[in-house]
Amino acid sequence: MDFTYTETQDMIRDTLSRFLADTYDFETRQKFIASDSGRDPAIWTALAQELGMLGAAFAEEHGGLGGGALENAIVMEELGKVLGIEPYLPTVVIAGGALKAVGGAQADAMIPEIIAGNAIVSFAYAEPQGRYDLANLKTAAKKDGAGYVLSGHKSVVYAAPWASHLLVTARTGGGQRDRDGVSLFLIDAKLPGIVRRDYPTVDGSRASEIYFENVAIPGDALLGAEGAGLPLVERIVDEATVAVCAEATGVMQKLHEGTLEYTQQRKQFGVPIAKFQVLQHRMVDMFMEVEQARSMTIMGTLKLDLPANERMAAVSACKAKVARGANFVGQNAIQTHGGIGITQELAIGHYFKRATMIEGQFGSADHHLGRYERIVLAD
Amino acid sequence: MDMEFSPEDLAFQKEVREFIAENYPAELRDKQDEGEEMSKEDFLAWHKILYKKGWIAPAWPVEYGGTGWTPTQRFIWSEETARADCIRLMPFGLAMVGPVIYTFGTPEQKAHFLPRILSGEDWWCQGYSEPGSGSDLASLRTAAVKDGDDYIVNGQKTWTTLAQHADWGFFLVRTDKEAKQQEGISFLLIDMKSPGITVRPIITLGGEHEVNEVWLEDVRVPQSQRVYEENKGWTCAKFLLAHERTGIAGVAASKRGIEKVKAIARTELDGDEPLIANAFFKRKLAELEIDLTALEFTELRSLAGPNAGRGPGPESSLLKIKGSEIQQRLTELTLEAVGHYGAPYFRGFGESDNEHPIGPDYAHRAAPTYFNMRKTTIYGGSNEIQRNIIAKMVLGL
Repeated sequence: MDFTYTETQDMIRDTLSRFLADTYDFETRQKFIASDSGRDPAIWTALAQELGMLGAAFAEEHGGLGGGALENAIVMEELGKVLGIEPYLPTVVIAGGALKAVGGAQADAMIPEIIAGNAIVSFAYAEPQGRYDLANLKTAAKKDGAGYVLSGHKSVVYAAPWASHLLVTARTGGGQRDRDGVSLFLIDAKLPGIVRRDYPTVDGSRASEIYFENVAIPGDALLGAEGAGLPLVERIVDEATVAVCAEATGVMQKLHEGTLEYTQQRKQFGVPIAKFQVLQHRMVDMFMEVEQARSMTIMGTLKLDLPANERMAAVSACKAKVARGANFVGQNAIQTHGGIGITQELAIGHYFKRATMIEGQFGSADHHLGRYERIVLAD
Repeated sequence: MDMEFSPEDLAFQKEVREFIAENYPAELRDKQDEGEEMSKEDFLAWHKILYKKGWIAPAWPVEYGGTGWTPTQRFIWSEETARADCIRLMPFGLAMVGPVIYTFGTPEQKAHFLPRILSGEDWWCQGYSEPGSGSDLASLRTAAVKDGDDYIVNGQKTWTTLAQHADWGFFLVRTDKEAKQQEGISFLLIDMKSPGITVRPIITLGGEHEVNEVWLEDVRVPQSQRVYEENKGWTCAKFLLAHERTGIAGVAASKRGIEKVKAIARTELDGDEPLIANAFFKRKLAELEIDLTALEFTELRSLAGPNAGRGPGPESSLLKIKGSEIQQRLTELTLEAVGHYGAPYFRGFGESDNEHPIGPDYAHRAAPTYFNMRKTTIYGGSNEIQRNIIAKMVLGL
């Protein structure tokens, strides 16, 4: 057994952490998320070209560093620590994960573009009626000659305003909730008939409602086999789920550190409030949640390559635990800070907001407890 | 013991229900339904209607303009206004400083201020918290020094809710620096238009401008605007806080909130079925509803029990702790219920006011409300402090 990082992995973490310390302090972040575009594109370019970070999780033959899910977790945790809004999750973890799984010409063409920072991919999978059910799709892609015609509405598509490409789930057959008939497409984000309504999200990012109005897409946009895409979608969403758990670990660590720091300098009744036993116990409990989130994320990440049922059980256990932990740590960080914690001014509240959104991202604690029970506790 | 409404109570309930149906302003209802932000005029519109009817201050003694309602009638009143989603009345005058003035004020103070509170002519704000004091309220540092017939006040207050609209503020200030912490404090009524007062906004996590910093620089306040004795303001402060705590149990509003969550959970789909059929969600909803019932009956006991009429005592801390926790769980469950549509920020950048917000109507404010309501376990004396009060005053520890 070995839970240590390799030298290369340590180097990735250190390089990224130094870069973010220099470029991503809280005030700078607040400035660019409030700007018209909502981001600083120079950061993405630097991550790709100066740091080579976008290639960490890709094979050397595509120009990457040969890593995988662990490298993604390292990047996501560091992004979590600075509340990074960079679209690493949809571009590298999700689209990259799908391309690696499919391989062939599509991967050869697209992965180098991602590594170079030229392509930003947004993942359009959720629909207003679907909640966390990946197969519940009204969006449909109908065969049309060599290509398809895509129609439907995707909701809360994070990073879509910045995207060069969209990774879209759509039904090519079957009924609205059938496991069969789901397909995955990687398309140009600027195709005629794609209508976006952009908006900010409560956690500082940008997202869109996307309406596909009879969008003509080429046949080679299809990733994997037509109508048999659900296992692939489940696989990449599981990767994405442990990746946001890694991000949550970074977010939770900062919530906890910020609380420790604050309680040591804030005085009430003549002493630092950190001296109150009730707050000490609370901060011990927060600490335990942060450590367990880190453990579960490593467990989930390491089990991504197991057979589907084992993978899904592990990922669901990870997400359920991390979601509950993020809730506990976030709420208690705010409570312990008192009034100042619920202002826009202090970073702590913004960490709380991201922690809150991660709770529900790719399924709430209850959703994942349910999936875990169905797999592990089935009669 | 009896928990049934009498025929008189039922008749009163009918009267209240009809009055609200006929008199609640339709334009206010429309604005609320659209999730729009409420202006000062909106808050005052309903206030003035109730004032005209003579129903603005059910909790006050009749001689000062109260309704003379029984505790049960007051309970019915809060139930019915919550049921009809009536806009909340600002508590600063009616529930906070008003009772302090009629309990501790001079005849002149009563004659001048009480009618203006009832009519809504003056908008009040509360100057209690300071940076660095907060729940340790007695450590406050804003100082009032005597100068002839006046005090000269200097200091900084914070978390001053809706002070941007206020005509008057009630302030706790230190009038004796040598005395023991609680003993050198006085309770002053200050005209917010006095020279030397600056109000600066604090923007909270949901993006709202609800609270402010208030800076006082050489503000001149006549001594005649001090309520009760000099250096005995802590008596007024404790009295007011206990009143405030009862108000923030918020039982009727939480009951209405549960109905709204249920409606969302009946609309949102989870697989083949509405979310409300989801066993986990249902369990949390049931637990919340049961806890709210427990709070409701505890409040009823304190309203109608043997101590009724003696004013809220330390048991009001229980109502504050449980009431605020329930309000938070309610907003948490609402956010969970709306799923993905919790993420869009409800005030888009560069969007016109006419554009409809993202997602279903009930989702727009789910996240901002969840963030905002974290305040409930912090304000009015944090829940940690409330537990200290129970430990000391009730358990004798």
